[in-house]
Amino acid sequence: MATKNVWIAGLVPPVMLAVLLLTAASPRVKANDAANAEVKIDNFSFGPQSVTVPVGATVTWTNRDDIPHTVVSTEGVFKSKVRDTDEKFSYTFAKAGTYPYYCTIHPKMTGQIVVQ
Amino acid sequence: MANNKQDLIDQNLQDLNNDGVDRRGFLKCMAWAGTGLVWTMSGGIPVSRAFAKGYGKDAAKSGDFTFVQISDSHIGFNKPANPDVTATLQTAINKINAMQHKPDFIIHTGDLSQLSKPSEFDTLDQVLKGASPKQIYFVPGEHDMLSDNGDEYLQRYGKGTKGTGWYSFDQKGVHFVGLVNVANLKAGGMGSLGQDQLEWLENDLKGRSASTPVVLFAHIPLWTIYPDWGWGTDDSEQALSYVKRFGSVTVLNGHIHQIMQKVEGKVSFHTAMSTAFPQPAPGSAPSAGPMKVPAEQLQQVLGITDVNYVVSGRSLAVVDSPLGASSPLASGKETEW
Ligand SMILES: [Cu+2]
Repeated sequence: MATKNVWIAGLVPPVMLAVLLLTAASPRVKANDAANAEVKIDNFSFGPQSVTVPVGATVTWTNRDDIPHTVVSTEGVFKSKVRDTDEKFSYTFAKAGTYPYYCTIHPKMTGQIVVQ
Repeated sequence: MANNKQDLIDQNLQDLNNDGVDRRGFLKCMAWAGTGLVWTMSGGIPVSRAFAKGYGKDAAKSGDFTFVQISDSHIGFNKPANPDVTATLQTAINKINAMQHKPDFIIHTGDLSQLSKPSEFDTLDQVLKGASPKQIYFVPGEHDMLSDNGDEYLQRYGKGTKGTGWYSFDQKGVHFVGLVNVANLKAGGMGSLGQDQLEWLENDLKGRSASTPVVLFAHIPLWTIYPDWGWGTDDSEQALSYVKRFGSVTVLNGHIHQIMQKVEGKVSFHTAMSTAFPQPAPGSAPSAGPMKVPAEQLQQVLGITDVNYVVSGRSLAVVDSPLGASSPLASGKETEW
């Protein structure tokens, strides 16, 4: 029993490492600066309302209204502090998925980031 | 975007006209009559009353009283059209201090601050300290709940309140309820009271006589004014169902920085002007952001609301007065709604 455990423990790390390298390699290459995205907050709306980015991309929100807003993931993934005029918030998406978000001050303001 | 401005106004007028009173004519008439819009609820039928004739002169029987609603002071805001919101709040307080009939208290219907900063609340306190009514009741606006789930607000203004800051009190036989509809807002929604607060409200009103006049106040309107801009409260219908049996219900709100009123049965709804900056009429601008007006017009679009309670008939009269001395209402100009 003891021997078997040791054998498994010894085998797994190289396998895991290989898997990690495989999954990490392709997105990392694509997620250069050009893949990053900007979302502008104008007139109480997020524009564009839906943005698609590759895994590893950074999305930056800029509030261009005279009124403060927040950028908060509906599922609790990210949460900005209050962003007043011209203040920014960035989040780097490490995992694929669809991330709906909204402004907690003006909940009619909603958007989503699709990470592929 | 379904509603354009005209549709909305017509809809409001229809609501107003449910009782058979030609309110369009009524509002015009009142605009002619005095310094503000006045209406008195008496058995559910609005009776016009000229502010110019004055509550202070002919009323003030024992038991009658006055309170003032101020709203949306947004201390900390410093952009066009108002780089000095502290000064305009001060003007509002001066106006209150100069009132002929001293108000018993002030109600502030939220957005005290712009960013919930301690320094902004400090400035507000400093100005309010100079108000002659020493009792001031608050409810938070969404701008007051921006730090640590509203802790800063609750520590300063929420002592003895429940949940996120709701409470009730009685004044000379009138029951007042301060509600919070700006906390824990859901994505895609409007204002929200939440289940805990609704249950509390139901219990708070239970057992009270139907003849007790009730005043509900909250930041975001408790009636749906313009859903596209979130100008309403998702679960307000539930709250209003608890007050249906009462003979006189007045609902006072802020948030939209302009006067809107509606009468529905025995319930009259009213929103107040801001003391800081105006906002556009529903659907008349790309968004609800601050409306920029020429400096000389600013004081005509900011103001306070004066509410008189008259014991005989258990009625409440709501009077809006702009901060500026030469208001378009006082000058006899017609105001279209
Ligand atoms: Cu917002």
